[in-house]
Amino acid sequence: MTRAVRDDEEQLWAAVGEPSRRLLLDALLARGEATPSTLAQDLPFTRQAVTKHLAVLDRAGLVEGRRQGREVRYVVRPDRLDVATRAMARVAAQWDARLKRIKDIAEAAHREQQRRDAKGDDVPQAP
Amino acid sequence: MIADHIERELLIEAPVDVVWSVVTEPEQITRWFTDGAELDLHPGGQGAFSWNGFGKVVLQVERVERPHRFAFRWSHPEGEQAHAGNSTLVEFTLTDVGGNTRLRVVESGLTAIDWTDDQKSEFYDSHTSGWDRHLGDLVKYIAGGRQLSVR
Repeated sequence: MTRAVRDDEEQLWAAVGEPSRRLLLDALLARGEATPSTLAQDLPFTRQAVTKHLAVLDRAGLVEGRRQGREVRYVVRPDRLDVATRAMARVAAQWDARLKRIKDIAEAAHREQQRRDAKGDDVPQAP
Repeated sequence: MIADHIERELLIEAPVDVVWSVVTEPEQITRWFTDGAELDLHPGGQGAFSWNGFGKVVLQVERVERPHRFAFRWSHPEGEQAHAGNSTLVEFTLTDVGGNTRLRVVESGLTAIDWTDDQKSEFYDSHTSGWDRHLGDLVKYIAGGRQLSVR
């Protein structure tokens, strides 16, 4: 990876690592397009806090602002969101595969134990 | 949306004790997780997982409550104490369900972590089995913030 790409990812991770910003992204996704004032109504944040978080998200390329008169209207950039989502999904897929293997191993061990126990019962008891 | 943790759960048709062994014993861990595993199964115990051709990841045991809870932190720099900013936390919870086991795993701290770029790309780019197959569902799961159970 080039330095630029790594810096880019760094910003992306920092941007989505903050729970308030994930909430903000949720709200923006729900609205489709919104101004900081509208988002502040949806969330337990001040308009100033919303503006600050939007600036971080904007720098990371997760949202895009468009000036309309006095206000800036923001939209989520799904192409960028996907990078972070994909990385998380990859970790999740690894756990899916691991858990499936744990299940197979444990169930095989249990069946084997049951089989042995059943056999044991058939052994005639010593007088 | 994007959670900073991964949560998975599935039902295993085997008693809790059997599942506990599979999840915590190094010689079993190498059957489902790694090529090599060393583990001191006590809170604060150190260990390492390794993969052929990939290298070693150190871990630190956080919690051992046989046979119900096992947790470790991993991926922190070797020689450092593991904490929330330099590692992720993996927690296994085993619950008895009528003689079978509900196994839950949560890996948290994924986005809060203060890794170097190389560590991050290693962690996310390596050993990616199952990725393609599950992609559709997983993206939906993450997008919806819902739990996707694997049965």
